[in-house]
Amino acid sequence: MKCLVRQVQCNPKLGDWDANLSMHLEAIDGAIRDGKQLVLFPELSLTGYFLKDQTHEVALEAHATAFAPLLERSRSISIVAGFIERARDGRLYNATGFFEDGKLLGIHRKVHLVTYGMFEDGRDFAPGLRFEPIRSRHGMFGILACEDMWHFDGAYLYFLDGVDALLVASASPGRGVTTAPEGEAEPSLASNRVWRTIQDHAALQYQTPVLYTNRVGFEDGVLFGGGTRALDALAEPMGSLEHFDEGLLDSELCSEKLKRARAITPLRRDERLELFERELARRVQAQRDTQG
Amino acid sequence: MSVLDIQTDLVERILVQFLAEEAGCFGFHKAVLGLSGGVDSAVSCALAARAFGPENVLAVLMPYTTSNPDSKNHAMLVAESLGVRTRLVPIGSMVDGYLDQEAVQDRTRRGNVMARARMIVLYDLSAAEHALVIGTSNKTEMLLGYSTQFGDGASALNPLGDLYKHQVFQLARHLGLPPEVVDKAPSADLFEGQSDEADLGFTYAQADEALFRMVDERWSLDELVEAGFEREFLLRLERRVNLNHYKRLAPIVAKLGSRSFLTDFRYLRCAKH
Repeated sequence: MKCLVRQVQCNPKLGDWDANLSMHLEAIDGAIRDGKQLVLFPELSLTGYFLKDQTHEVALEAHATAFAPLLERSRSISIVAGFIERARDGRLYNATGFFEDGKLLGIHRKVHLVTYGMFEDGRDFAPGLRFEPIRSRHGMFGILACEDMWHFDGAYLYFLDGVDALLVASASPGRGVTTAPEGEAEPSLASNRVWRTIQDHAALQYQTPVLYTNRVGFEDGVLFGGGTRALDALAEPMGSLEHFDEGLLDSELCSEKLKRARAITPLRRDERLELFERELARRVQAQRDTQG
Repeated sequence: MSVLDIQTDLVERILVQFLAEEAGCFGFHKAVLGLSGGVDSAVSCALAARAFGPENVLAVLMPYTTSNPDSKNHAMLVAESLGVRTRLVPIGSMVDGYLDQEAVQDRTRRGNVMARARMIVLYDLSAAEHALVIGTSNKTEMLLGYSTQFGDGASALNPLGDLYKHQVFQLARHLGLPPEVVDKAPSADLFEGQSDEADLGFTYAQADEALFRMVDERWSLDELVEAGFEREFLLRLERRVNLNHYKRLAPIVAKLGSRSFLTDFRYLRCAKH
């Protein structure tokens, strides 16, 4: 089975739902015209990232009518896009939705809220509490939102599930402009070099394609560093976009290649989950004991 | 090689895009800036010329009566090399009107008045031009407080605020700015014979690396001393950075209500409502 994917490296406007929805629809219609089956947008692609007090102003419940144009198009193409989800209990989540067959098939609520340095996720969002794979007509996918990828748990759990690809939606600021290490052919942001290492690591260690979609543009002086990238199950790059400009990256998920990668390196088979569970439980208990 | 060396292609691209995109967000496509003849304003001007097109950049030369004539000549060299528009607005009469009336002798006060007079000119011309004022303060001087609050420190967009002086020089060379501007000793030119490094009591080269390690890389004093810096010098830097923190922030608002500026009324400038 093959799945034709398009990643959209875009520049969402902060807090401007209408403009962002139009941008999405235009990109989605283009992807449909070009025969794609799955189109991926970055983290909070429908709202912009540093929303602060706007967070609750642009939040939507999952069944909101505002999603209608996306739902309609999801009959022709599967869509992954980011928004602020307001749960029934009023909690707000940094959400990445998977739209397919006229439905919001699943939502990944960002688990690892980033609350250090320039980031304030934890001030505005409640953390997601699950890594639940999306069972799509095109395969099984594990969605991660930006910082989720910096922790090993999400990618690892999805690996145990045997997902067909990790879909990483990101709004990662680009930083670090001092001299790049030797061997770098192009000028590069330090943050993007780190991201590439993390993506390579996940693809290699889990024999799972990694589709990393980041945004570009500025929000009050902070540059988002692009670098959208697709790696196959053998951790070979299928393509990438550069740091600054909006752009489209097309790739193909191939189930035969996935099978081959997992046959060559059958790490999933050799995982020792009971051991891991036991060792983890010891540490969880130790942490509980320390915390009283 | 220095730990501060930047990838100049990359930085140029980021800063040009920063100016165009952030100004465009507010409906501005033109820039006004003070061109002093020094390296900082030359770099800001070159970036603005690339971001907005030289015809959309107004470089304002604002000599005081005691300013070194070289400053004006160097500013003109920069403007001509970039093809930006220029305007000469001598600030002698507006500054002296106040200084004479109040009989101000103190050098720092006189320098501050000059810097703030230039700010008045730039903001007035920005209104006339429907342009934004582009800043020229680098990270080294902002950390050390070697600038005048609401004077040369005032701007709408500052492309240099996260670049140390060493990096500004590197960018200046990369941007092909005239050697007369890049190779001369930095001076605020607020009084005759002034030099930044004499004012500060140390060189930019010394300060830049220590500040980079302290601020960007969070090295402790002990680590810096171990790396060869003098403790006394580091304490002087640290004191300046702390004492001048107020210059880098907006004025303090007394919080009375439930939502107050800077504390819990939180919106980015570019937020759409």
